[in-house]
Amino acid sequence: MNYLGKDVELKVVGTRPIRPDGVEKVIGRAAFGADFRVAGMIHGKVLRSPHAHARIKSIDTSKAEALKGVRAVITANDLPNIPSEEAFVGEGPANFRDMSLNTIARDKVLYDGHAVAAVAATSPSIAEEALRLIDVEYEVLPNVIDVEEAMKPDAPILHDDLFTQGVDPKPTKASNIAKRMEFKLGDSASAFSKADVIVERKYKTAPVHQAYIEPHACVVSYGADGQAQIWCSSQGQFMVRAYCAKLLGMDIADIRVFPLEIGGGFGGKTLVYLEPLALALSRKSGKPVKMTMSREEVFRGSGPTSGGAINVKIGATKNGRIVAAECEVMLQAGAFPGSPIGPALMTPFAMYDLSDVTIWGYDVVSNRPKVAAYRAPGAPVSTFATESAVDELAKHLDMDPLELRLINAAKDGTKAVYGPTLKDIGFVETLEAAKSSSHWNSPLGDAAPGKRRGRGMASGFWFNIGGESSGATYVNEDGTITVVSGNPDIGGSRASMGMMAAEVLGMDVKDVRTVVGDTTSVGFSFLTGGSRVTFATGMAVTQSAEMVRDELCKRAALLWEIPAEAVEWKDGKAYPAGENAGKFDPLTIADIAGKSARTGGPITGKASINAQGAGPGYATHICDLEVDEETGHTTVLRYTAIQDVGKAIHPSYVEGQLQGGAVQGIGWALNEEYVYTKDGRLDNAGFLDYRIPVASDLPMIETILVEVPNPRHPFGVKGVGEPPIVPPMAAVANAMENATGVRMSSLPMSPPRVRAALDASEG
Amino acid sequence: MYAPTFAAPQSVDEAVRMLGADGAKPLSGGTDLIVQLKSGRNRPAAVVDLKKIPGLVGVEETSDGFVIGAATAGAQLGEHAGLVAAYPGIVEGAELIGSTQVQGRASLAGNLCNASPAADSIPCLAAAGAIAVVVGPNGEREMKVSEVPAGPGRTNLGKGEFIKCFKLKKPTANSSDAYLRFIPRTEMDIAVVGAGVNITRDGSSGPIKSATVWLGAVAPTIVEVDASCIVGTSLDDATLAKLDAAAQSVCNPIDDKRGTVEYRTKVAGVLARRAATIAFKRAGER
Amino acid sequence: MAKTHVTATINGEETEFLCDGQQTMLDVLRDEMGLTGSKEGCGSGDCGACSILVDGRLVCSCLMFGAEAEGTDIMTIEGMADGDKLHPLQQKFLEHAALQCGFCTPGVLVASKALLDKNPNPTEEEARYWLAGNLCRCTGYDKIIEAVMDAAAEMRGE
Repeated sequence: MNYLGKDVELKVVGTRPIRPDGVEKVIGRAAFGADFRVAGMIHGKVLRSPHAHARIKSIDTSKAEALKGVRAVITANDLPNIPSEEAFVGEGPANFRDMSLNTIARDKVLYDGHAVAAVAATSPSIAEEALRLIDVEYEVLPNVIDVEEAMKPDAPILHDDLFTQGVDPKPTKASNIAKRMEFKLGDSASAFSKADVIVERKYKTAPVHQAYIEPHACVVSYGADGQAQIWCSSQGQFMVRAYCAKLLGMDIADIRVFPLEIGGGFGGKTLVYLEPLALALSRKSGKPVKMTMSREEVFRGSGPTSGGAINVKIGATKNGRIVAAECEVMLQAGAFPGSPIGPALMTPFAMYDLSDVTIWGYDVVSNRPKVAAYRAPGAPVSTFATESAVDELAKHLDMDPLELRLINAAKDGTKAVYGPTLKDIGFVETLEAAKSSSHWNSPLGDAAPGKRRGRGMASGFWFNIGGESSGATYVNEDGTITVVSGNPDIGGSRASMGMMAAEVLGMDVKDVRTVVGDTTSVGFSFLTGGSRVTFATGMAVTQSAEMVRDELCKRAALLWEIPAEAVEWKDGKAYPAGENAGKFDPLTIADIAGKSARTGGPITGKASINAQGAGPGYATHICDLEVDEETGHTTVLRYTAIQDVGKAIHPSYVEGQLQGGAVQGIGWALNEEYVYTKDGRLDNAGFLDYRIPVASDLPMIETILVEVPNPRHPFGVKGVGEPPIVPPMAAVANAMENATGVRMSSLPMSPPRVRAALDASEG
Repeated sequence: MYAPTFAAPQSVDEAVRMLGADGAKPLSGGTDLIVQLKSGRNRPAAVVDLKKIPGLVGVEETSDGFVIGAATAGAQLGEHAGLVAAYPGIVEGAELIGSTQVQGRASLAGNLCNASPAADSIPCLAAAGAIAVVVGPNGEREMKVSEVPAGPGRTNLGKGEFIKCFKLKKPTANSSDAYLRFIPRTEMDIAVVGAGVNITRDGSSGPIKSATVWLGAVAPTIVEVDASCIVGTSLDDATLAKLDAAAQSVCNPIDDKRGTVEYRTKVAGVLARRAATIAFKRAGER
Repeated sequence: MAKTHVTATINGEETEFLCDGQQTMLDVLRDEMGLTGSKEGCGSGDCGACSILVDGRLVCSCLMFGAEAEGTDIMTIEGMADGDKLHPLQQKFLEHAALQCGFCTPGVLVASKALLDKNPNPTEEEARYWLAGNLCRCTGYDKIIEAVMDAAAEMRGE
């Protein structure tokens, strides 16, 4: 059943009610990971490697164990030695042995910040002191960080047993290149001969971090009966349960995970870091253990995203039709294989109708933390390159960049390079909206003396996923409704769940309470990521609410002693359907609930599904900026984010996703990067020198929501969280080129780099 | 476990006595000390809070000029209309340190004695000829602010000495200052380059009678630029170019995660010009 | 290890606590007083999530020793509402969806209150520069600024 028809009048969906968890958050009572406590808990801290690459020769924990107040000390020996095992987890394949080694090092440390031991003590300061008493003897090895350096044949090798997959013949020499992947349509090599204009360029991006403001935190209690409870902020309580079970060698049923409020994730909390260590410490000490990361630990010890190198070549005819495209992408995976090379290859050309395109890439390990997902993982890096190249093409063709994209735009029926035929997409609609937007049609304005202004645009694509989700709707005895979502709320999804349920039941959203369930109080749900929650969990919740609505009709029929088909649901009440059904006053949910014991028992709807049919999201962004020629400083003057959102359940939170993602992309474009010392240590492990945008750096971010509904979701929803981070880097680079005439092909476009590029272009 | 003792003396003498002990450190704003303590970089055995000593907090305007308590928060400086009118550059420097929150605590003495080469408040204090009144076991003495920093993280104060207050002369007519710094964002960064300029004009529309220019973040301590090339001028383009070159010539910066040698040197020239232009205009309006 | 005994007014109530020499006011609020609304985002004064008012002045509680609170008047996020009546800023944040994950929100609210206490009619630019010390990674600041400007207008009686 769907609610998409033109004759369907939506009363709740599309409005902007106050979110159900809002008051607790504005008065400071909402409990995030570090706010939680249990009686008797002690405190854990992690000892981290100061070397980028080293063999662990010995670890002596005896002095730490002897310190008064210390209750347990662990090393990798306190966790099972897991054999190599591939699994599809998170948003991509992973290997549990790698995950275990990333959680705590065995034999070798592979990055500055890699955990080597952990302590639990009666106070955080005693735990810190104990860390200082652990003696680790390292044999320092040469390290390699940059992706291209790591690919060189003489680069220091991280894993002696890593051989490149996806190449023929199978290599016999260990490498840092974990995998090669390729997608193609047609024959790009020969199709270039049809092009009148070809642009070819190399691009480089620096590694960045999700930079959520809340550091990782958890409280873990391993009971004497072998059953554990975990309270943590995470993007997936079922994921935490599954990974901890695997890493500790426990049964899944023996772990119960309670998701606390989460202070930002963006993909960085789709893994576990502290929880397995806290479990081991709790098991060893017999006490509940609280662990939090400091900000420095977040930067050094949790998963950032890949830096990359990209080579692009695109050819078009003189009337703007792209006839051939090739792209090579190299991404850092960090210490263990698993960069988002797949999505990086699948996304950048999915905006265009191309018949001859080849895109290939490499997953490369190097001595930095194992990368974790960061909002549309992989796509921002490759799309930065391809959308910059499309802009360069437009310049050579003397064509408006929007027009060039319209000529080549993917439409319903276009076959994407990664396989599927695209359906019900709204890319053209975003381009048309950009074309008629106030921003695109406003004058840029004159730059002050010594400054230069430019306007640029770029587009982006993200698939969005569906997946396994569970939701439940319960009718309470007084007629109020409780909705339980299987997914942690990282952007306002709780509000949307309640709104969809309220819409189905014809209720005021204020009478619907939505909560996020723990792993025992709601069915399995895949983690919060891939922009899937409003889509997939929303679908499950909607189905559960429909079950409740249908059951309420059945119960009314029983009470009226008429057939079930003779009852209809309208405006939150049961009515006899038509005159022949009989004359009865309508029954409210409260009426029916009050008599539920008589009519069959409690009224509940539950749905556990594997949601199919997720609709991809397309975004088009416009950026105006001004550059100070003498300092290279860039000011973003105006920014508009346009996106096909399918159907905006709660428009304010959808706008919020566009704005937040755009600003992360602006930071990635202008100032964010990991800076390393010569010996591979992270030099800027804090918010002082890891420079995310601050309020004074930005203008208002205008948003335009284009709605091309996804017919495979009851309300037409498409995921919205990830597409907004895909276009900004190219939009900013394209604006920069228009302002200065210089093509910045390396990120970030920080002031010294811009100044140097300006100087070089005038020299 | 490590924890310093904490004391808040009520008089200069009491503070001098406490700071005579080994490992005792003075506390004014705490925005550097606490960060260093938490990171393990600086672990004093005793923290001596100076803020309860009379005269250590507050701005006093006298007929001679201004006396600023050493532990006065930067935000308070901006609330003193007389000081803002007389030395807008000094106030600008103090009010660029960190964030609004940091300015609510950070003090001139802390900024000076932490002796980061990039400290925002020092260039204009030096350009204004500010005096630091130093107290210690050997009594009271005066130092030019520009003579306090000895190198990154080091000062020329003796053991047990601390700054009680700063003295600024009442500015002459047609005299003003300006501070500019370069940072990659718009706020929150440590200065990549800082420039403090103090200018006196010969009448409100006259040329420059005297000028001092100090740069921050381009050497181990602040450095003075030879500003003689702008004296007697009204800052035409040719003069500004000379000032730019003079500024670049005294730079001795390092390459670090905040800037390269080449970039800092170039931008020092740019900021010296721009700060001088602002100070020149302000001096005409005084 | 000697602890310092401190008496201060916290959210309008006279309060006493003990703290050791390396506990910051943030540590005291969260660990001794159970006031966990102020958050630790960085511990070094770079993110503003721990913002409180001390004698009416906006500061980072992570940059202040607990012992320095002696004799001061402190407001945390927990003291911003008047009983169960939300402050106009809190209400406007909800209406404008000026929070997503909500972690930076207490610090932003306290900082915004300090702004409007000092300047009831800020321009957008003034609000942005005042709040530059409050990092937000979710919202891009847009709806935060809208909410602050709207609350300011309401408080001015417009």
